[in-house]
Amino acid sequence: MALLEVDHLTTHFFTRRGVTKAVDGVSFTLDTGETLALVGESGSGKSVTCLSLVRLVPEPAGRIIGGRVLLDGEDLLTKSPAQMRRVRGKQIAMVLQDPMTSLNPGLTIGTQISEVVRRHQGLRGGALRTRVLEALSRLRIPGAERRLEHYQHQLSGGMRQRVSSAIAMSCAPRLLIADEPTTSLDVTIQAQYLDLLKDVQQATGVAVILVTHDFGIVAANADRVAVMYAGRIVEIGDTLDVFNHPAHPYTRALLRCLPDVERKRERLVEIGGQPPDLIRLPSGCPFAPRCPEREPRCETEYPPAVRLGDGHVAHCWVAPGAEAVRG
Amino acid sequence: MMLKGVGLKKYFPARRGFTLGRPPGWVRALDGVSVQVAEGETLGIVGESGSGKTTLARLFLLLERPTAGSLLFDGTPIETFGSRDLARYRRAVQAVFQDPYSSLDPRMRVEHIVAEPLPRDGGASRAVRRERVLEVLQLVGLRRDSASLYPHEFSGGQRQRIAIARALATTPKFIVLDEPVSALDVSIRAQILNLLKDLQERLGLAYLMISHDLAAARYLATRLAVMYAGQLVETGDCDAVYTEPLHPYTQALLSAALPLHPSARRRRIVLTGEVPNPMNPPAGCRFHPRCPQAMPQCRNDEPAWKEVKPGRFTACHLY
Repeated sequence: MALLEVDHLTTHFFTRRGVTKAVDGVSFTLDTGETLALVGESGSGKSVTCLSLVRLVPEPAGRIIGGRVLLDGEDLLTKSPAQMRRVRGKQIAMVLQDPMTSLNPGLTIGTQISEVVRRHQGLRGGALRTRVLEALSRLRIPGAERRLEHYQHQLSGGMRQRVSSAIAMSCAPRLLIADEPTTSLDVTIQAQYLDLLKDVQQATGVAVILVTHDFGIVAANADRVAVMYAGRIVEIGDTLDVFNHPAHPYTRALLRCLPDVERKRERLVEIGGQPPDLIRLPSGCPFAPRCPEREPRCETEYPPAVRLGDGHVAHCWVAPGAEAVRG
Repeated sequence: MMLKGVGLKKYFPARRGFTLGRPPGWVRALDGVSVQVAEGETLGIVGESGSGKTTLARLFLLLERPTAGSLLFDGTPIETFGSRDLARYRRAVQAVFQDPYSSLDPRMRVEHIVAEPLPRDGGASRAVRRERVLEVLQLVGLRRDSASLYPHEFSGGQRQRIAIARALATTPKFIVLDEPVSALDVSIRAQILNLLKDLQERLGLAYLMISHDLAAARYLATRLAVMYAGQLVETGDCDAVYTEPLHPYTQALLSAALPLHPSARRRRIVLTGEVPNPMNPPAGCRFHPRCPQAMPQCRNDEPAWKEVKPGRFTACHLY
């Protein structure tokens, strides 16, 4: 059994303008020790998917209106708020984009880590302190003893992100959700951080959902990748498969439109148009208006899941093999 | 035409709280940088936060005055410019900033945003100004009727087009691009990068492109300058620097950039430690505390800026 099984997760925002279908039937599974990258542009539903998993969708506008989120076979969507509080931080931990805002500027690093460990593991005194120091040293934070007394403003950006990760990993969670963890970091610090995350994952077997818009990060860090567009996963598969044989026209277009550090591209192939308005989604494939390969039926019917290989699935009418699914 | 900075320094006073008199120290944001941009080329300036790239851009835009060093426009130091020459400079050197959500005034119509840098002399100029606005809007791929709309009616990519139109209005020769695509979505970046490339070819523009995005810099730049802790560490032809970086910092920086394919994993040079404090940079080479190839002399002697190969300059004791 997979560690995490997400099945037709649907989260909508009810606004004065109408209903925003932020997450519209997202399904995937994740095994222990595995890294799944959720990649997509802003508004594609990556972050709302993550918030839905831990039931932190901003209410009352946002509501999870359907689907299941099974962690070790237990549906998180049916748990009481008190039960969810025990899941968050203990079984599922999160690292957010900007450690400046996710850490509390008024509390020392030590206090912030202790809070989590005390709450979930009930440790006190010396045992608590030992566990907190362990958490810091696992993220290779030098001079951990000294750091306990520090406030976030005394740390560099990279060090702050390590501290938030130390907090996240302090109770040995089964699943770590990292939402754009390196977007606010410099490239050399980003590389350090991602290496460290990999080491921690190898040591603890934690499963990671890595949210990013950067295909370089996906290529370097993810075992599998799910490409999101307009609230849906349009393609999912092993990272190598998806990069070598991208099946969805959106994935293909994204991979062609990016500049690469490895070689100078003569000209980038643009994706025309804009991402769709989530309130007025077209009835067919939401990428159809921008798709160079669209067919008439793309504009009327949402494409079925086309299986392209072991765990490689794309939702597209023109994907190779879609013929078999038609009819 | 040539835009040149010679020995540029910019120190900011470092004060804590409310203090009078002499500041307790100086933040050396830029510490002796000489660069030049020739007509029609793109100089990419890459480096991490705090390396001084944005300060350099601000000096060229006359938004800051250098503490030392000078700017030369067509060989003439701009300190000698009167108001008329300065106005000419400002028309010739324009800017596009990172975030098109904050660089466009939300209460102005596009027409007025784009017309703002245009001179307002003469009575007949109103129609001329409007004509110019429509012309540049078309150049950047926006419809003529965009002129009467407000910024909120546009997406991020279109807003960046408006910002580019505004920069083009005065028919400049140089445009400072400060992270021009960092705030945009990936599918929109290609549109803007291609537009910038096309405009350069059509109008013979020169760009000074500030970027921390090494892939975007590689796409647009013809020459590259790498900065670290307020100084240049290396300059050269863009492709040559990417394929054979000379300075150990450039090597580490480029090795940390992630290629776009999972099988293209490369050997990463992991840097330890952090960027030095700009108030008290290390003696000798500023990179020596983190340099994997540091030698004893790096600790005391500041390496000279020299041409190591034709067109390739660096400041490093290895060469």
